[in-house]
Parts: sequence; structure tokens; C-alpha cells
Amino acid sequence: MQTSKKWFSILCVAVVSGVAAPVATVQAADQFVPVPIYRTGPYAAGGTGIFGGMMDYMHMINERDGGVNGVKLTWEECETEYKVDRGVECYERLKNKPPTGAAMFHPLSTGITYATIERGAADKIPIVSMGYGRADASDGRVFPYTFTMPINYWNQNTAKIKFIGTKVGGMDKLKGLKIANVHHDSAYGKETIPILEAQAKKYGFHVKHYAVAHPGLEQKAIWLQIRQDKPDWIILRGWGVMNPTALKEAARVGFPSNKIVGVWWSGSEEDVRPAGDSAKGYIAAGFHPAGTDFPVIQEIMKHVQNKGKGHVEKDRVGTMYYNRGVLHGIVTVEAIRTAQKKYGNKPLTGEQVQFGLEHLKIDEARIKALGATALMSPIHTDCRDHEGGGMVKFQEWNGQKWVTITDWIKPDFALTRPLIEESAAKYAQEKGIKPRTCK
Amino acid sequence: MIYREAGQFKATYSADQALFPIRQDQVGVAILLVIAYIVVPFVGNDYWLGSIFIPFLVLSLAALGLNILTGYAGQLSLGTAGFMAVGAFAAYNFAIRVPAIPLLLNFALSGLCAACVGILFGVPSLRIKGFYLAVATLASQFFIEWLFTRVGWFTNYSTSGVISAPPLSIFGHSLSSVWSRYVLTLAIVTVMALGAKNMVRSSVGRAWMAVRDMDVAAEVIGIRMLRTKLLAFGVSSFYCGVAGALWAFLYLGTVEPQAFDLARSFQILFMIIIGGVGSILGSFLGAAFIVLLPIFINIGSGMFGHAFRADTITQIELILFGGLIIFFLIVEPHGLARLWRIGKEKLRLWPFPY
Repeated sequence: MQTSKKWFSILCVAVVSGVAAPVATVQAADQFVPVPIYRTGPYAAGGTGIFGGMMDYMHMINERDGGVNGVKLTWEECETEYKVDRGVECYERLKNKPPTGAAMFHPLSTGITYATIERGAADKIPIVSMGYGRADASDGRVFPYTFTMPINYWNQNTAKIKFIGTKVGGMDKLKGLKIANVHHDSAYGKETIPILEAQAKKYGFHVKHYAVAHPGLEQKAIWLQIRQDKPDWIILRGWGVMNPTALKEAARVGFPSNKIVGVWWSGSEEDVRPAGDSAKGYIAAGFHPAGTDFPVIQEIMKHVQNKGKGHVEKDRVGTMYYNRGVLHGIVTVEAIRTAQKKYGNKPLTGEQVQFGLEHLKIDEARIKALGATALMSPIHTDCRDHEGGGMVKFQEWNGQKWVTITDWIKPDFALTRPLIEESAAKYAQEKGIKPRTCK
Repeated sequence: MIYREAGQFKATYSADQALFPIRQDQVGVAILLVIAYIVVPFVGNDYWLGSIFIPFLVLSLAALGLNILTGYAGQLSLGTAGFMAVGAFAAYNFAIRVPAIPLLLNFALSGLCAACVGILFGVPSLRIKGFYLAVATLASQFFIEWLFTRVGWFTNYSTSGVISAPPLSIFGHSLSSVWSRYVLTLAIVTVMALGAKNMVRSSVGRAWMAVRDMDVAAEVIGIRMLRTKLLAFGVSSFYCGVAGALWAFLYLGTVEPQAFDLARSFQILFMIIIGGVGSILGSFLGAAFIVLLPIFINIGSGMFGHAFRADTITQIELILFGGLIIFFLIVEPHGLARLWRIGKEKLRLWPFPY
């Protein structure tokens, strides 16, 4: 018993001092950004790559520019393991960090986004779900504190159908085609079902949904069914280990990989490499390309990675996840910069940063100044539109790297916007929210 | 000396049969309740109340439910999370389809729904035992998760399959503040924990323990297997169902079926193994260990943040947590509750041990 007593006291000391410690690391004049990362669990590649890129970008801004207009960025990691309850705990832990609380919260998980949307609105902390989360949160009147820039799932999906349309020789040729939607059986995976149904009605193609249970290692039955159904195209809406498994199974049943179009969460190097040759020719959507030939990535290499200060392994710089993280960093910094124009160059609260997110104006000139030409499409948000009109590029895996095969493809905003507003209105009614009026 | 019950004379039967017959225990529990109801809400901030204490209490309740079934009645179950899911989705459906139902009644009804499902899946326990029963309950886990994912009616045809709690109020008082949600959770957990403590020493509880220790012998002395085993499944699932409803309504506010996957069932099973199988206190200690320790280690690792690489620290957290589980199981295989019992024995003799 003697030893266990000693252990107890060591444990107690460790816990008590641990609770007190992190507060001391934040300086008084810094802008705090929470980093609810997931370094463990089945989706760790996404968590480390994206937040690694985001932290590298923020670090570069601190090193090169001395912060955003002199206000240094500071952040703290909190491990969520991609679990909703841990994510909520992280949100609550980090939301009030000094001096001004969280500038915004990147949940980086559709489940955590759903669980923090209401909390963010109550605490006046913007929940920024970049390319994931609820599509209808793009309606800023109902969701003042939720953002989906640069582009939400529904619009991405319309771009995908447009892409398939150009491949088959025109949108009118879509009529009668069979499209299979192989999706992760979660909130994330199911998000596009209504928009696919709407598009199927509009263009006259047939869509069938195949759900893959988490984590997605067991797909044999589904692919046998797909082989029987003989679809013309497959939309792959996977995440993590589900993706390489799906590509391997597709090869096994003899489905051509160049007829599979993945969502951007199925389009990273980590998704295709384990599938080996079966992934060759596979196409994935993206709101940014991969690669290191962008000035902003070079700046990060110069100021952060080459000095050994990177937040992720150097060989992952320029991968899909990493570049998406850099985009997260750009939006974070630009939103703070925009808000500073109104509130002054000092650490801002979440409520003030919300103004910045809502008045983002990242046009081509600004993108060039950021060194991100061709890395991102322009984003213009306003009070109604929290999505900002992003566009989609398609890339093909050539067995070594992702090659961009299209220019920016504009989604079908005319189709999605009424659906978004309808869905948001339904949410507002359920929750008793009175949508604000936008000028 | 501290735990010496000498001099405490029981003059009536009711005094002898009290929930906590020793005065030290009565005082201890009273102090604990005062701390939980009065000190914690005033000292703790929203983070501690909402993100530490509420999930701890809710999962304690689920562990308590499993402990009734596994620890007292001896029926191994891997369906805990499934029964929690039944509670959560039942609470949601009652709330949106019959909004007139008051919140507490809603929780009770969701518990009853879970109890019915639990009894249904408990039927195989009449024929199979031990690990084989665990596999049978595993079926319920997968079936329930599949049901809520696939059948749209349960989620009110939400495309994403995520349910979210409507605005809550109790006796006209809105539950928008974390403080009020904490107190409500605490009140429900207190009542149910005391109820469980009372139940396990009643004839029902003694029947459960008889079945656990040797079911053939129990049957010989006249305990009805069908009733006893199914009652254990029913009561256990009731507790789990209420815990699921609390998880969805008072903690997260939104829930998807994946929140109640097999990993959650295992998590709760580990809670009772580490806390103490067949102990009410053990359910709480186990929940504290499994829920709070990873968070504290994560917070604690923040202070080494600059000394090591962040990814190294994350891996160390897992190693440390796993190491502590092994350590406690070696030091005391009967769980943390057993450590507490040993401590009490020592305090009884202190300062003159023999």
C-alpha cells in the first residue's frame, strides 16, 4: 500500500498543477485561437495534417509579420480523438482563454460542428466549418455564428454533378445515368442525400445510396451489390480508412477508378496511397489543390518548417490536408484582419471576429498578395451568405501525386440556395429562432 | 478510530436497517451531498460544471445501470450503449411528438422504453451464460445502432441523422444555464443512486446476488430465474436509458447514433471493472477514472507543451492512461471501491493497528 499512496500523491500533484499551468502561457496582448486537434484515432491523418498546416501558417504570420497588425496569434491544442463529447469538452475548455476568449472555433468534425452550433451562438463564438458541417448553416440569417466558407457540401455536390456532366458530354446526357452514392453512415456522410435527390430529379439521372458503417473497413457486401447494380459513376463520400478500402474493393469488383469521384474528405494522399495501384485514375473534388509551388507555402517553409519549428512532419507540407490547413489559417487570419479594421488592432472577442468573418472580401488581388493564387478561389461573405461563393477543382491521382485536371468549377448556386434557405427556415422553426433581417 | 462504530447503538429496527447504518457514513454522505449541491455550483465555472461534472454524473449513472446487471445479477452485457441510445432517442421522440410531457416524466418514460428493450434482449440470458451472453447482448448493441441510423422515423427524418434537444424547461424554469442543468442531473443521479443502493440490499437485490453466485442453487431455494434475470435487465436498462436521455438532453444537446457505439459500451464496462464490480460507489469511482483522467492528463500535458513535440505528448497521454489502468488492476483487481473498503478497515483501527 505504501507505493500506491506515493503514486496517488504524485498523481494528485500532476493533476492539480496541470489544471493551473496552461493559463500562464498566453500573453496579455495576443489573439487566442483554439486548436481542437485529433492526433489519435482512425482520422488522425486529417487532424494532424489540417491543424498542422493551420498552426504553421499562423506561426509564419507571427514570425514574418509579427502577428496580425502587431497582434500575435497564440493557440492551444486540445485532443478530441474526433469524438463529439471530447470535442465539446475542448470547446468549453478553450472558449474563455485570456485575454479575449476564442476568436473562432474550427470543429473539424461534422459531429462536433452539430454539437457546438448552438453553444457558439449562445457564447457569441463563431463556429467555422470550412467545407464540412451543416450545409444549411450557410444561411447567415438563421445561423449568425456559423460559417461554411469557402463552400459547403451541397454546392460541392452540384459541382461534382457538373463535372460528371462535362465528362459524359453535356448536362443533358446525364439523363438515365445511374449514379451510386457510397457514403459514410454518419451525419457527415448523409449530408448530401437530399441535394442528390433534388439533382436527380432535375437532370433525370438515377441515384442510389449505399451506406458504409463506421469506420468503413467492412464493405464487401456493398460492393457486391454495386457490381450487380452496375452504376455508371460512383460518388465516394468516405472519411479516413473507409476511402482506401472502398478503392480497393472497387478494383476487386472491376469498377474503373476513373469513374469514381470523391468528396474532398476522400481526396488526400493518405486516402489513396494505402490503396496502391487500385487508386490510379481516381478523381476527387477539392476547394484547393495540393503541391508546394505556391508562394505562401514557400514562405511557411522559409520561416517555420526550415527552422525546425513546424507543427507537422516536413514531408507532409504541400499535401492535400496540409494545404487545407493553410487555407484554414488564411481564413482565420483574414477574418481577424477584417475585424481589426472596425475594432482596432488589439485582441478581439469572438463577437468582434464574427464581424470579420461576415465581411470577408478575399478577391483575386488579395489572394495574390497572400501568395495563394490558384490555391484558393475568392471568398465574399455577407450577412445572408456565410459560404462566400467558393468553387471546386477536380484532381486525379496519378499514382504518385494529385494532378489538377479542371479549372475552378462554379457550383449550381441557383439550385442550392433555395434549398439551403428552406432547410435553415425549418431549423429556425424547430429551435424557435427568429431569423435576423439582413440589409 | 475514525471508522469505529462502537457506541452507536441501534434501538429500533429502522435504525438498524438504515441505508447508511454507521454514523461516519451518514456524515460523510451528507458532506458529499452538501459539496455537490452547494459548494460545486458556486465554486465551479461553466466549464467544470458543464464539461466535467455533467458527463461524469451521466456516465456514472450508466455504469450504475451496468453494475446492477453485471455486478449484482452476474449477467455480462455489452449492450449498455445501445440501451442508452434507446433512452436518448425515446426522450427525443417524446419531446417532439408529445411536447406536453413534462421533462422529468419524459426521462422516466424514456427509461421505461429502454427497460422494455432491455427485457426483450435479456430473454436469451435464461438459456445462455457468461461470455456467450455477452455476445448475445452485443447483437442488441449493433441492432439498436443500425435501427436508429436506418429508420428515419426515430430521428424525425433528419437527413444527417443527428437529433438535437428542444429548449428545455422544468416547472416553468428554463434550463438554459449550465448551473441548472448540473443541479438537475445531480438530483436525478442522487435519487437513482440511493434507489439502487436500497434496491440491492432488498429481497430483489439478494435474489440477484444469489443468481450471480450460483444460479442452480438460487433456483433450488426458490428464486424464480425468469423474473429475477429479466428484472435485472429491466432495471439496468432503465438506468442506462435515463443516462442516455440525460446525455442527449442535459449534456451534449445533440446526439447521433454513433455516439452510442460499441466503444461506449466497452467504456462503461471498463468503468465498472476498474471502479468495482458489484459496488454502487465503484460505479462512480470507475466513471471518474475513465472519464476524467484522460481529460486531466490532457490538461496536465499542457504544461509540458514546450518541452516535447505535441504529437509525442498525445501518445504519452494514451500510454499513461493505459499504464494507470494496468497499475490499478495489479494493485487491486477488485477495483477502486475495494481500495476504499480497505482504507475504511485501516481507518477503523487507526492509530493502533494490529
